[in-house]
This record gives sequence, C-alpha cells and structure tokens, in this order.
Amino acid sequence: MDKHRVAIRALDETRIAICADMDIVAARQCGRTLAAELGFSNTDATLIATAISELARNIVIYAKEGEITLSTLQKSESCGIVVVAHDNGPGIPDLEQAMKMGYSTSGSLGFGLPGVSRLMDEFKIDSRPGHGTTVTIKKWKR
Amino acid sequence: MQVPILKQGPYLIASIQSALSDADLMQLRDALVAKVSTFRSRGVIVDVTVLDVLDSFASRTLRDLVRMIKLRGAITVIVGIQPEVAFAMVQLGLTMEGVATALDLEEGIAYLDRATTRKAVIAGDG
Repeated sequence: MDKHRVAIRALDETRIAICADMDIVAARQCGRTLAAELGFSNTDATLIATAISELARNIVIYAKEGEITLSTLQKSESCGIVVVAHDNGPGIPDLEQAMKMGYSTSGSLGFGLPGVSRLMDEFKIDSRPGHGTTVTIKKWKR
Repeated sequence: MQVPILKQGPYLIASIQSALSDADLMQLRDALVAKVSTFRSRGVIVDVTVLDVLDSFASRTLRDLVRMIKLRGAITVIVGIQPEVAFAMVQLGLTMEGVATALDLEEGIAYLDRATTRKAVIAGDG
C-alpha cells in the first residue's frame, strides 16, 4: 500500500451553499460544530469559525454565490479540518496584491486573506479573472 | 433576530441574545443611533458576551456604531468580548482602535458613570 497516498484523506464532507448573509452564519456554525466534534479546543474552533466567516463573506460580496465545503483530515495520529471556499465569481486579478491587502486599522476593505491565513495552519488560493476563486484552508488538531 | 435595547436611566443597553447576521448588526447600529436621540441617552452599552465570532464585518460595524453615537454626543462601551474571540480578532488584525471596551456589563456601567461625569465636569468648567 502506498503510504503517502493514504496519509491524508478526506473522511466526510459537508457542503453549505453561500448566497446570502444568513449563510455566512450557518457556515461558520457548521465549522464550529465539526471542530468541536473533532475535539479541537474552543480557541481553535473560534479561529476556524472566524476564518470561515471571512471566506463566506468574500463569496457573498465579490461573487454573489458559491459554496463552502467542510471535511475531515486524518494523518497518522493527528486529525484536521479542511475548508474549501469556492465560487465562480469574477476572480482576483492580482493575487500577489490581494495577499498583501489586509484590514488596515482604519477598517478599509481588503479581501482579508492575509488575516485568514494567520488564523489557520495552511492556506492555498487559486483564482483567475473570469474563472472564479477557490480558497483552501486547513487546521490541524494540536 | 432583533436585539433588545433596554433603557437604564441615562444609558441604553443592547444585549445581544444570539448569533447575528450582517443585516442584524446593521439594524442594531441604526436602532441604537436612533434611540440615543429618542431617549436623550448619554451612554450606550453593547453586550457581545454571546457572540462566538467577531469577524471583520462585525468589528467594523461596531466601530462605526461607536463613532456615529459619538457624533450624537453619547459614549459607547462594548462589553463581554470572550477570550477566544479576542484572540481570533487580534490574529485577524482587528484592533478596534478608539473603541472603549470593558470586561462585563457591571464594568461597562462603571466606565460610563466615570466617562459621563468627566464629560459633565469639563462642560461645567467651560
């Protein structure tokens, strides 16, 4: 058996359609519930829920609709949570610039992506103008 | 989900009871700004104890609320930010600069008592 192939696998999957601001609340509550079930600390569950909230809001604001998928990761004795935020919106023209744009203290708008990546252990973004955006974030249980 | 707003002497207390959507938060902001005029309130307390997430939108809306109420001549204090919520906010880069915060409702009232008295003294001196 190829050890690397089975090292990380998604166990189950929860999909949440995102198209209105109520869905943002639903998505982050789902994330918190899953994190709690997996035995994440309350602090980590809050970080995960906050990250989901930010990604879901980006979908509502910039793409109007999309979906958030939550699943479980299993790697040797540790487990984790993976969140995929996907939309078919306009995409981000300058990813490098977007990753620099945080929230300034005056509260001007960015995509908030650097902040989201600070909340999680792993962060990956795939976006092209006209082809939508997919953000994948992971957090491992400590 | 409407947030009940209680009048307690010269203060208004908005006690959030459950998770709020973006629309709920904006409605709370507008209701408080309007009620400060209606009741001629000098202080406002927003109790966020039950909120398990304060993301960028919620933080910005709360900060806007504080500024708008300040322009109406009253003082706002946010109370009850949970430890893990505070941790997530700092990680996200949300500092809430210029926003008064207090541990809980009791500390919030004490803060407003001090702040509104000081304001009255300064006004009296002038």
